[in-house]
Amino acid sequence: MLAYIVRRLLYALPILIGVNLVTFALFFVVNTPDDMARMQLGVKRVTPEAIEKWKVERGYDKPLLLNAEAGGLASVTNTIFFEKSARMFVGDFGRAEDGRDIAREIGGRMLPSLAIALPTFILGLFVTITFALTLAFFRATAFDFWGVVLCVAAMSISGLFYIIGGQYLISKVWRLVPISGFGAGLEAWRFLILPVVIGVVSGIGSSTRWYRTIFLEEVSKDYVRTARAKGLPETLVFFRHILRNAMIPILTGVVVVIPMLFMGSLLTESFFGIPGLGSYTIDAINAQDFSVVRSMVFIGSVLYIVGLILTDISYTLVDPRIRFE
Amino acid sequence: MMGFQIVVLWSDVLIWLLVAAGLGVGVLIAKNPPLLAAWRRVGANRVGMASATVLLGFILIGLLDSLHYRAQLESKPGQKAAYAVEVLSVLDALASPLRSRNEKTYSEPFATRLYAKETIDVPGQGTVRDYPRLKHGGKHLGEREDDVVEDAGFTAFKAGVLAFVGWLGVFGAVATVNRKKSPKLKLREAAFAWDAVLLTLLLMALTLVPLFWLAGQYHVFGTDKVGQDVLYQILKSVRTGLIIGLVTTLVMLPMAVLLGIVAGYFRGWVDDVIQYIYTVLNSIPGVLLIAAAVLMMQVVIDTHPEWFSTAAERADLRLLALCFILGITSWTGLCRLLRGETLKLRELEYIQAAQAFGVSSWRIIVRHILPNLMHIVIIALVMDFSGLVLAEAVLSYVGIGVDPTMTSFGTMINNARMELGREPVVWWSLVAAFSAMFILVLAANLFADAVRDAFDPRAA
Amino acid sequence: MLKVDKLRLGFSAGKTTLAAVDGISFSIEKGETFALLGESGCGKSATAQGIMRLLPAAGRILEGNVALEGEPLLSLSEADMRAYRGGRMAMIFQEPATSLNPVLTVGRQIGEVLERHLDLRGAAATERMVDLLRQVGIADPERRLTEYPFQLSGGMKQRVMIAIALAGEPELLIADEPTTALDVTVQAQILDLLAKIQVDRGMGMLLITHDLGVVARMAHRIGVMYAGELVEVASREEFFTEPRHPYTQALFEALPEISRRGLKLTTIPGQVPSLAAMPTGCRFADRCAHVMPVCREKSPDWREVANGHTVRCHWQGESAEESVTRHAVTELDIDPGKPFLQVGDLKVHFPIRKGFLQRTVGHVRAVDGVSLGISAGRTLALVGESGCGKTTVGKALLQLIQPTAGNVRLGGSELVGLKGRKLRDARRHMQMIFQDPFASLNPRLRVGEIIAEGMAALGVETEPPARAAAVAALLQQVGLPGEAIDRYPHEFSGGQRQRIAIARALAVQPELLICDEPTSALDVSVQAQILNLLKKLQTELGVAYLFITHNFAVVEYLAHDVAVMYLGRIVEQGRAEEVLRSPWHPYTQALLSAVPAPHLDGQVQVIRLPGETPSPANPPSGCHFHPRCPQAMDVCRQRYPTVSGISGTHTVSCHLAG
Repeated sequence: MLAYIVRRLLYALPILIGVNLVTFALFFVVNTPDDMARMQLGVKRVTPEAIEKWKVERGYDKPLLLNAEAGGLASVTNTIFFEKSARMFVGDFGRAEDGRDIAREIGGRMLPSLAIALPTFILGLFVTITFALTLAFFRATAFDFWGVVLCVAAMSISGLFYIIGGQYLISKVWRLVPISGFGAGLEAWRFLILPVVIGVVSGIGSSTRWYRTIFLEEVSKDYVRTARAKGLPETLVFFRHILRNAMIPILTGVVVVIPMLFMGSLLTESFFGIPGLGSYTIDAINAQDFSVVRSMVFIGSVLYIVGLILTDISYTLVDPRIRFE
Repeated sequence: MMGFQIVVLWSDVLIWLLVAAGLGVGVLIAKNPPLLAAWRRVGANRVGMASATVLLGFILIGLLDSLHYRAQLESKPGQKAAYAVEVLSVLDALASPLRSRNEKTYSEPFATRLYAKETIDVPGQGTVRDYPRLKHGGKHLGEREDDVVEDAGFTAFKAGVLAFVGWLGVFGAVATVNRKKSPKLKLREAAFAWDAVLLTLLLMALTLVPLFWLAGQYHVFGTDKVGQDVLYQILKSVRTGLIIGLVTTLVMLPMAVLLGIVAGYFRGWVDDVIQYIYTVLNSIPGVLLIAAAVLMMQVVIDTHPEWFSTAAERADLRLLALCFILGITSWTGLCRLLRGETLKLRELEYIQAAQAFGVSSWRIIVRHILPNLMHIVIIALVMDFSGLVLAEAVLSYVGIGVDPTMTSFGTMINNARMELGREPVVWWSLVAAFSAMFILVLAANLFADAVRDAFDPRAA
Repeated sequence: MLKVDKLRLGFSAGKTTLAAVDGISFSIEKGETFALLGESGCGKSATAQGIMRLLPAAGRILEGNVALEGEPLLSLSEADMRAYRGGRMAMIFQEPATSLNPVLTVGRQIGEVLERHLDLRGAAATERMVDLLRQVGIADPERRLTEYPFQLSGGMKQRVMIAIALAGEPELLIADEPTTALDVTVQAQILDLLAKIQVDRGMGMLLITHDLGVVARMAHRIGVMYAGELVEVASREEFFTEPRHPYTQALFEALPEISRRGLKLTTIPGQVPSLAAMPTGCRFADRCAHVMPVCREKSPDWREVANGHTVRCHWQGESAEESVTRHAVTELDIDPGKPFLQVGDLKVHFPIRKGFLQRTVGHVRAVDGVSLGISAGRTLALVGESGCGKTTVGKALLQLIQPTAGNVRLGGSELVGLKGRKLRDARRHMQMIFQDPFASLNPRLRVGEIIAEGMAALGVETEPPARAAAVAALLQQVGLPGEAIDRYPHEFSGGQRQRIAIARALAVQPELLICDEPTSALDVSVQAQILNLLKKLQTELGVAYLFITHNFAVVEYLAHDVAVMYLGRIVEQGRAEEVLRSPWHPYTQALLSAVPAPHLDGQVQVIRLPGETPSPANPPSGCHFHPRCPQAMDVCRQRYPTVSGISGTHTVSCHLAG
């Protein structure tokens, strides 16, 4: 098992290098640093000197991949790729356009992101699995039919509608909770309720339908017939036999997103004014701050790979066939 | 008569190519009974056919909006003909009353006056602060401004009756054809779900005909900040949504199919390389990859203004770039699915029988594997559509979607959202955009379900 | 004890409901085994599920009564019925591999029955479970309780299923094809176990099977089902000595066996009518050799022909034997001259990768040194249980799997390592017919395209008109109508599909056909058709067969030479008469005696093998067979025996012979 995890971690390395190369190609090959300087400084009235100054200030004056002038190790290290991309491996993300340290900023914003994403995730999982299990339990009845219709309709509504509609109705018309913002400490819950509820509601449609399909697939399996032949009541058949087996495919889709919860949600955070990583990313996109976007891409990839490894580990917890391999 | 110059945008090319491909695939299907049987099952599905009818309506709007031209400007004889900077489409021409009759700013649906009070000169009374009368909305009423409900109701009724008569004609035609083809069966029992199609057509006729009829006299969905008719914006958004939903899949399909099959069939190092590529792409969070790519694309567009002769072309290029980027981020799922399925297929005995004859690998892929994966490809194609339409709205909101000058559901929602804080609320553009998008996506989802049920071999 | 009265079961599709079981009645006494015999799709499994009220979602009980000890079951509420299920009546299923819950331990799965029906928990329950596992012959039961199904072998899983069924102390046990998925030696163990338990407990047993051999071994009374109806009910003795219904008779006639060598097997023409198009009269009329006009008009009533022997048939005749003239098939008794295909020390090893760097830590020795020769026009049967590597041998011969070592010589040329054009040329000489007629034809291609594929690839008949003519000729040769050419595989039944597969293989005029269990997925009557066809083709075309099978009846009927495989190696080979009549290797002897014979006097001397085939990844030291061998000696544990000749053609690898 340990050897397996180590191997997975080592396998993650070439993937992260690949991710870095892709982002590097996107940021520095599609557009030269000159293009970006012109962009940041405004296209019209920009002098070559200003461009040069902008580049030197931010370390974009070096060669891209290989510095022929510098000798030895410096020919690799004294380049934009090494300075900007390779350094991210050790957690050095550099500075944003406004001069702030990106790593510090990220550290500070993780908690608010998690405060929304984690409750949304757990509550959402609980609600959708319960709903899907109920639909599967009453399969081929009118309840199931209308449940699925509801899911398809819910799936067809834009996520933006849930947010805008929820904010308008709950905060503006009913004035139950603040429309947006974030408070420190325990006071934060008043700001969290609305985004969490909206996050859960907007996810119900598609997840429920997916889980229902998984449950129905299990229902038709042979071991379920065996369980019924034992004279077990239907509830026991569902909770002891079907749920246990259905958890295996459900886990694949679910565990992989757990680390990504740290990244926060772009939409929710920016709509509700939560100072998390999601709104940080949005602000960076709107300000065209490449350093921040690049850092977020890197962190996102790392978290995704962690998620993959966690998925494999969680398999061994629910599936004895893999545990004993 | 005014001359015009045909403008072919890249997205037009792709969308008509898609239409041609669709027709080509249709011909192929007609020759292949198993596929035809699956499509017959789709055709027998009432919900599926009702939603297909709605989708066809949207597609028609989109296609009309994909024939572009530039009108000739008035010029003296002998002078070289000059053309307008504005690129118009056939849809614009058909809906020119909607397009041209702009108000000053917001107005509610069916309003005769603007939404905000202004200082106006009234002859004989000096300046008054009042809601100014709209330039176009309800103009024909003249002084009878209070009669809006009566007038609109009567017009709608007239149009409704006319629509119903027209629908009866369609119904009669279908019934006659049906009777000739299969005299014994009633329409309800026909193999093709004609009843659902006709019912949907009736509902569409009863809502759309009065709507457009009234649109000639009122702003049925109101106007936006710059006074543009919201209904017109909705019509224009349809094409954007369709292109995002269809062209993206078209872009990613060949890559996903080719790489997925090749990885599954040849295995070994080919498989390793392809798996590496899609794991790398998969591990970059989708939105961020799109954000990064769109930002870079924007820099390219901004630093090369000389590439585009019109704003429409620039917006069009950005739209296509978005499609490509979405395609690149979304092919991995299908690729993985096809790889897994190919791994299963290649162990099947008919593949081994072909190998025993020494049939070449590529021929096995084309003859044996690809046709047996078609159902997955078709299901993926229709399933992805609705997700992409929804994604466009979100991306445009985040600022990494289509060009802000291009009308789309996303840009409409984004513009309207700012006005929710106003008192009284400006709700109409938002509601109209969400409703139109909901109808489009719901129809796509229901149609996708029908297709999946018909093509899924487990269901068959 | 159990009384089933006019039971009708149906499956609904949309608005229509089709009756799959149409008014069957029978009863089972305490301590009696009643066998329901029938071919696939005749409704026998539906009957079993109907009695338990465990029909799949689309299934409906339409009418009739089922009573256990006089208590009607069909009118019980679902909650009350649950007290019966797993309690007074229990069921075991065909597929032990899928019928156990993969994520629960064995103990948990048995324990829930004890908890539900006997209210046993904790230590008392554990004690009972250990006891149950011991009863079903599982060694080390304490440890097994904590294990998961995937850690058990197929036979053990079925034993656990039986333990689960016994846990509720049922009065009636329903066994739905309990041994169909198992190997013969394991099947023999499980049948013994079921018979013993039944006697010990005095249970009633309803046995569902398609296998006349299993019926002969187990049943006290037999009911034959055809197209949703019972057509004949008789005691064991009556059934095997005087079967009355033409369908029952035909089933016996269709069995391949050694006494019928050189004769054409009797087949039942046509197919079972589909549920949607049941004939009004006798359902067997269209396929019956004794059909009379009355058969098509009126469904026959039950008629008692002897004490307790009833039959539903208008025909009053005695036996079919006289009326059917068997056509002798002219055996091509080709002198086994020099074999044209010579396989020497063929090995196929699959690496097992493990650990940090995915190093190869061992090999699955699927085929581990196989040598054999096939002569023109003859049939070599390669016999063995599942996992012995026989299919891998077939694929390695065709170079579909790259052999690890050894050589395959066709005529004078070596096939191993051939590539490209040369390999393609070599493939013209041999082709393969696969086991599953549903997986071996591409559903998206027309039959004509399927057959022509090989011709195109190997450059036979390049002109389109000539190729079309060749395809038509092939279809005729395998007994399919010419219009089949434009149809798709799904329009054909299993037997017809197998004919298409045979035509496809014959299209390139091979000299050797490798038949990989070509009849194991087919019913007996259809199997007879295919065997007849294969025999006819051999006579006409002089093609040689490598017949891979586990079915000894087929071997006896068809084979000239036999090779017996165990764990990747051939343990005995020789002429069919030699190997089948006087087997030398203890494994061959056990295998032959484990096959349940469809006669009353079938079980003369029975050798029961303990355990199951070990994994080819980790074969036992010395002779692979020694852990299961009743005659194992010390030397067997140390050395693998060399090949010793019994006669000029008969060889065996066993220390007993050396």
